[in-house]
Amino acid sequence: MAFLGDASVKTKLILTSILSKGVALLVAGVVITSFDLMALREKLVRRMSIQADIVGANCVSALLFSDPKSAETTLAALKADPRIRAAGLYAADRRLFATYLQDPSGETSLLEDSLGETGQGHRLGNDRLVLWRSILFDQKMIGAVVIVSDLSEVGATMTRDVLVFACVLLVSLLIALAISSRLQRSISQPILDLAGVARRVTLEKDYSVRASGGSRDEIGSLVVAFNEMLEEIRQQEAELRAARDRLEQRVAERTAQLQVANKELEAFSYSVSHDLRAPLRSIEGFSRALMEDCADGLSESGRDSLQRIVGSTVKMGQLIDGLLNLSRVTRTEVRGRSVDLSSLAGEIWAELKDSERDRPVECVIAAGAIAEGDPALLRAVLQNLLGNAWKFTRKRTPARIEFGFAEESGERTYFVKDNGAGFDMSYADKLFGAFQRLHGQNEFPGIGIGLATVQRIVSRHGGRVWAIGAPDQGASVYFTLGRGGANGG
Amino acid sequence: MVDKRIVLLVEDNPDDEALTLRALKKNNILNEVIVARDGAEALEYLLGTNGKSGKIRLEQLAVVLLDLKLPKVNGLEVLRRVRADPRTKLLPIVVLTSSKEEKDLVSAYDSGANSYVQKPVEFADFVRAAGHLGLYWLVTNAPPPVTR
Repeated sequence: MAFLGDASVKTKLILTSILSKGVALLVAGVVITSFDLMALREKLVRRMSIQADIVGANCVSALLFSDPKSAETTLAALKADPRIRAAGLYAADRRLFATYLQDPSGETSLLEDSLGETGQGHRLGNDRLVLWRSILFDQKMIGAVVIVSDLSEVGATMTRDVLVFACVLLVSLLIALAISSRLQRSISQPILDLAGVARRVTLEKDYSVRASGGSRDEIGSLVVAFNEMLEEIRQQEAELRAARDRLEQRVAERTAQLQVANKELEAFSYSVSHDLRAPLRSIEGFSRALMEDCADGLSESGRDSLQRIVGSTVKMGQLIDGLLNLSRVTRTEVRGRSVDLSSLAGEIWAELKDSERDRPVECVIAAGAIAEGDPALLRAVLQNLLGNAWKFTRKRTPARIEFGFAEESGERTYFVKDNGAGFDMSYADKLFGAFQRLHGQNEFPGIGIGLATVQRIVSRHGGRVWAIGAPDQGASVYFTLGRGGANGG
Repeated sequence: MVDKRIVLLVEDNPDDEALTLRALKKNNILNEVIVARDGAEALEYLLGTNGKSGKIRLEQLAVVLLDLKLPKVNGLEVLRRVRADPRTKLLPIVVLTSSKEEKDLVSAYDSGANSYVQKPVEFADFVRAAGHLGLYWLVTNAPPPVTR
């Protein structure tokens, strides 16, 4: 049925039905007609051989007495059978003794060479049957009779048979067409319904529809399987939806928790800012008061102790401020705008120089470092980095600090380089942690919060920060600000 | 004239109170300092209660040093109520607090503070700040005309 590839199921079903019926009828018709033909011929041969036997028996005396006239009279009786076109009586020496011709005007040739070699037999041609019989008398062959019969009656019967058969074929095919186009509906309709349901499911994404069709045949089980598949899809879809809902709910819960946590952090920072500082102020203030009021009554070690108390409270104040700054960096919103880092670096540099006027430090600031980001936060970055460079070049002469930028594979990298104390690269990962310090307090003072702040700011701008250095070889801190600078939420 | 003018210090922490008074004294500011230990007390000093006028004679008051974190009525509320009252709406008020949070700064100025000073941890800095404050508000600054 490959040639029907694109035809509808309906057409296929009808054609299948009609073709199979047609072929069956055709085969049956051909077989029946063939048998009919054979039977007709056998019947004719049998009848002619009876005629020949009768004629033979009646012509014995005419042959014995060489009386052709009486023989021809006997033969003329064959006129009663219109199928017999000619007949001949032969003598024992195969000489034609007497003849009968249905049409006396011609056809004498019909009898020429018609006598077979054997005693009796027949030959079937296209249009005639030639039958011969020996005539015996006293066990001795005295002659033979030949009958030539017309086969047109057989042909007519065959034509009629074929016509009848064709009519039967046509009528039965029409009936088959009517029946099969009625029957195909029971097959194609459920399939069409199924296709309709499938289309609806695809278009409307409605997995709750079901195909109908309760028959118990293959189509029925197809419908059942299809419905089961739909049910499966519906369940999975429902599960997916539920999972998504759960996820959304979880996200909402987490967001709410995060907001609460943020609020708490804010409250905490506020509290730290207020309440942690107050007792420090008392310790520091009253230690000072003690130093001033009772300096004379205190021993050298007593004064030293007080000095240490004061020093610690100052340090703790700085720690608190550093922590607050760090948490503020995390909490405040990053506002993105165009910032001229070069001029910012210049301002910070001027402040640093003002703080220690007598230090000879060479500073190189590359012009035109325009970045996208939060001005206050980026200022804090440069303040920390340049401040560190300033601090760690204290023991170097000549000290050199450089701020610049480089473009590499489409990404801009900013850097602050110095030729100061540097650091051991094996501690590079500790540099950016809060309260991580690589130098002793008496070597370089500090609280270890600067680079942690830098890292937070940079990552909130969607960038990265890293450092390269070696002990006594100086340090270089590099940072990027990500795309647009202000997409770090 | 300078001697007669008084300062109202609103401070709940006795340590801070002592340190503030000491810092003022260190700067030879010998004006009378009245201390209110919570917001309600401060309001009573300034505005009085139940229609009676406050215990302080407003025309003598040079400046109010106001902490933000106070029991009963907090500093911002005190500020708002003082500003809402016609008798004290022009009164010089300096917020003197531990916090340097932007939120506090904004709301303090928003509520009508004239100045905002963070208490430094180091006493030496505190003394310096107190000196500046005393000198400025008691000497340099011309007070608003008393509206009564």
